[in-house]
Amino acid sequence: MNKREFLKDAILFFPAAGVLQALSCQAAAKDAAAPAASAYDPTDHWYGMGVDVDKCIGCNRCVEACKAENGVPDEPFYFRTWVERYSIHSNGETTVECISTKPAPVDQVAPEDPGIVRTFFVPKLCNQCAHPPCVQVCPVGATFQTKDGVVLVDEKRCIGCRYCIQACPYGARYLNPNTRTADKCTFCYHRITKGLLPACVEVCPTEARIFGDLKGKADRLVRFQRVNKIAVLKPDLNTEPKVLYADLDGEVR
Amino acid sequence: MSGMPESLHEQLSHQLSQVIGFIYPNEVETQWAILIVVYPYLTGIVAGAFILASLVKVFNVVEVQPIYRLALLTALAFMLVAGMPLQLHLGHPERAYEIFFTPQPTSAMAMFGFVYLWYLLGILLIEIWFEYRQQLVLMAQQARGVMKGVYGALSLFSKDVSPEAIAFDHKASKIITIIGIPSAFLLHGYVGFIFGSVKANPWWGSVLMPIVFLMSAIVSGIAMVMFLYILLSLLRNARLDMRCLDKIGLFLLVAIIVDFALESLDYIHRLYQSEESIKILGELVSAKLFTSLVIIQVLLGMFLPLLILVLVRTVRFNEELRKLLYFTTSLLILLGIFSMRWNVVIGGQLYSKSFRGLMAYKMEMTGIESLFTALVLLALPFVILTVLFRLLPPRWMDEHALPAR
Amino acid sequence: MRLPEQVTRLGTVIVAILAIVLLLRFVILPESLFSARPHQAAKVEREMAKPVRYAGATSCRKCHAEQFDAKYGGAHRNIGCENCHGPSAGHAADEKAGKPPKPREREFCLGCHAYQSARPNGFPQVDPQKHKPKKRCVTCHDPHDPVPPETPQDCGGCHGRIERTKALSDHALLACAECHQVTEQHMIRPRQALPTKPDTRESCGRCHAVGTTDPAAAKARIDMARHGRSFLCWQCHYAHLPEGPK
Repeated sequence: MNKREFLKDAILFFPAAGVLQALSCQAAAKDAAAPAASAYDPTDHWYGMGVDVDKCIGCNRCVEACKAENGVPDEPFYFRTWVERYSIHSNGETTVECISTKPAPVDQVAPEDPGIVRTFFVPKLCNQCAHPPCVQVCPVGATFQTKDGVVLVDEKRCIGCRYCIQACPYGARYLNPNTRTADKCTFCYHRITKGLLPACVEVCPTEARIFGDLKGKADRLVRFQRVNKIAVLKPDLNTEPKVLYADLDGEVR
Repeated sequence: MSGMPESLHEQLSHQLSQVIGFIYPNEVETQWAILIVVYPYLTGIVAGAFILASLVKVFNVVEVQPIYRLALLTALAFMLVAGMPLQLHLGHPERAYEIFFTPQPTSAMAMFGFVYLWYLLGILLIEIWFEYRQQLVLMAQQARGVMKGVYGALSLFSKDVSPEAIAFDHKASKIITIIGIPSAFLLHGYVGFIFGSVKANPWWGSVLMPIVFLMSAIVSGIAMVMFLYILLSLLRNARLDMRCLDKIGLFLLVAIIVDFALESLDYIHRLYQSEESIKILGELVSAKLFTSLVIIQVLLGMFLPLLILVLVRTVRFNEELRKLLYFTTSLLILLGIFSMRWNVVIGGQLYSKSFRGLMAYKMEMTGIESLFTALVLLALPFVILTVLFRLLPPRWMDEHALPAR
Repeated sequence: MRLPEQVTRLGTVIVAILAIVLLLRFVILPESLFSARPHQAAKVEREMAKPVRYAGATSCRKCHAEQFDAKYGGAHRNIGCENCHGPSAGHAADEKAGKPPKPREREFCLGCHAYQSARPNGFPQVDPQKHKPKKRCVTCHDPHDPVPPETPQDCGGCHGRIERTKALSDHALLACAECHQVTEQHMIRPRQALPTKPDTRESCGRCHAVGTTDPAAAKARIDMARHGRSFLCWQCHYAHLPEGPK
C-alpha cells in the first residue's frame, strides 16, 4: 500500500479506539451504578474529628480500645492511633516521646523539672485528609476515599507495595504483618455508619476526642469549630486534614 | 494477638531499640529495604547502557562501534532482572498484574509499569531485532536441528538479506534509537520521579531528583559497559580496542562531571535554603550515612574516579596501565552508584517525618528481603548476559568473514 | 514504496499482539477486572459489616440504671462504661455471653490518676507512693461516683504541677490561700466556683514593696512607684516560680 493509504488507516485507528473505549466505559458505569439497598447514604455525611489538646491526660485508653475494636496487632510497632508527650524547656529544646510504645510507670512519680515551661499530650491518628497523598500514589486504587470522607484500604486488592505508607506525611499507616497489606485508622467506619462513635472517642475519659459530621447541623464537631481556634498538622503540605486540633502548640509536628 | 513472623518481630524489636530521639511509632519498620535499593540500580544501568549505544547510532561516534552490541545486550540482560526485586518485595506478588489491569493514573508507580513495558517491548527488543536480523537469518541458514527453528523464529522467518534490506535495517535502527533516547530518559527519570514526587519526605521530594537519578543512571550504565568490555577481553584473551575504551572513558568523565554538578547543586541548595528539615537531615548524614555517602558515594565513587579519568587523559600512560585504571574506575563508580541508591532509598527512611528522630535498618542476611536475594539479583544479569552471548554472539558476523557490502 | 519484507513480518507480529491485547481487554475479559470502582463499593460494604466490640455508653443503661445514674451525678459522668469495663458489645447483646471484668486493682486507677507533669491543670492526680500506698482505690472511692471521703483541703490534688513547681521556688513556704481566695464550693464543683487571682499591684506589694518588713521577702524588695510601669506583677513574674528555675 502507498503512504497515503497507510496514513488514512492510521488516522481511522484513533476514532475506532475511541469508540471501543466509550463502549467499555458504559459497561463499567452500569456495574458501579447499582446502589446498595441500604438506608445509609454516604453523600449526606462528611466525617471529621476534633482533638482538644488541653484535655488529653495521656492515659492511652484510646490506643488500647482501638487495638481491641479493630484487631490491630498488639506489638508496639503498629498503631492506628497513638499519643505523644511534649516537654518544652525554657532553654528552647523540645523533647517528644511516644507514650504508646513505652507507657509511663504508675508506681512512681518523676522528679519535677522546673525548667519545663509547657508540657502536654497530643493524640494522633489518620487525618482522613480531604486531599489524601496516599490515595494519589496507590498504583492499583486499593486505597480510596469514600463519599463520606473516610479513606479505606481494600485488603483484597492491596498489593503491598508500601508506596502509600511512604506518601503519608503523618506516619499514620503501617503494613499489617498478618494480611501483608497496608492498614490504618478507618474512623471505625463500621461503627460510625451505624451511628456509634469510633472506639477511641467512646473511651476517652476527658472528651479530648470529639467525633462529628462536618455536614451536620447540631453537631459536636461543628460547634467545636466555632468555639476553638483550629489548627491542622502540616498544613503546608496541602493534604487538607480532617482531624482538627484545638490549642495545638506550634512545636507539634 | 497477631501471628507475625518471628524474624520480623526480632528485626523490629532491634530497630525499635536503636531509635534515637522521637519517631512516629509506625516508622520503626523500614518499608522499602534492600530490594528497592537494587531496583533503581538495575534500571539505571539499562538506561545508561542504551544511551551509550545511542551515541553510535544517532551521534555517529564511530569509535565506540565495537561495544554497540555489548551495550544493547547489557541493557536487555539488566532489564529482564529489573522487575524481579519489585515483584519479590510486594506483600502480595500474586496481585501484581493489577498494576496493569486497574492502574491509577495519578500514581507514578502505576504509570511506570507501562513505561517499563514500552521500553522493553517497543524499544529494546525491536532495536536488538533490527541490529541482529541479518545475523539471525544467516545463523538460521547455517544451523541444524532445534537451533534452526529457534533462529528462524527469532528472525520471524524473514529471508531477505539483500543490501537494500540491510540498509533499511540500519535506518530503522537509527529511528528506534532516536525514539529510544527520550524513552530511556523517561524510564529512569520516572524512577526518580517516584521518589521526587513524595512531598512527605524532604530527603526525596525535590525537583532535582529525577534529573539526578537519570544522570547517575547514565554514569552507571557507561561504567558497566566499560567494565564488561575489559572483563570480556580478559576472559576471551582478545584484543581491546583502546580507541574505543578511551572514548568511553571520555563520555564517562563528562557524565560524572554533570552528575557531580547536579548532586552538589542539590546539597548546596538545601544548605542555603535551610528549611526546617535541614537539622535532622544534617544529623542523618553525619550519624547514619557518613560512610555510605561521604566516603563511598562521593570520595570513592565520584572524586577518585574523576581524578583517575582526568589523569588518564592528561598523563600518557601505557595501554596496560590505562586498562587497569579504567577497570578500577568502573568498579569504583558502580560501587558508588549503588551506594547512592542506598543513600536515597534507605537514607530517606532513617529519619522521622517528625524531624525529631533517627531510626535504624537491620538488613536481614537470608529470606526474601535479604542481602542474599540482593546478591543473587545483582549476579543474575551476568548469567543472562552469558546466555545472550551464546545465543546472539556479537562478533559472529566478523568471525564468519562475510564479504563487506 | 514497497515495505521491506522484514517490516511486514514485524508489523504483523506487533499488530497481532496488539489485537489480542485489545480483544482480551475490551471483548473477552469481563469489565469488572479492569475497574477499581466495583471493588471499592464491595470494600465499603465489607467494612460496614465488621463486628462491633464496644457497645457504647448508653447501651449499658437499660440493665444497669443504678450505676449509670450514680455516674451521671459525679466526676466520672463523661467516662464511658467500657473505658473501665472493656469492650462489652457481646455482653450487651447477650448477657450470658460473658461478664465484663471489674478492674479493682490500684494500678488501673493510677493509669489515669498517677501524677504526671504533662497532665492538664485541674485534673485530680495523686502521688502513688504517698497517697494511701498499697490500698485499693475502690476502698474509699466508689468508681461510679468517685467523690473523695473528705473534701480535699490542699490544692495539690488537682493542681499538682503548680504545687510541685512552687515547692522548688522562693515562694515554697507561701500558702496558696495567701494569694487566692478559695471557697469550699470550689472543692466540690470546681468550675462553678473559681478562686480569685490577685488583680492589683498591691497584692504583691504588701510583701515586696520597699518599706515592708516581712523577713521572707528580704531579698526581693522594689520601689513600686518606679518598677514595672503599671503592669500587674504576674504579667512578667510567674508567681509559682518567681525568678525562674535555679
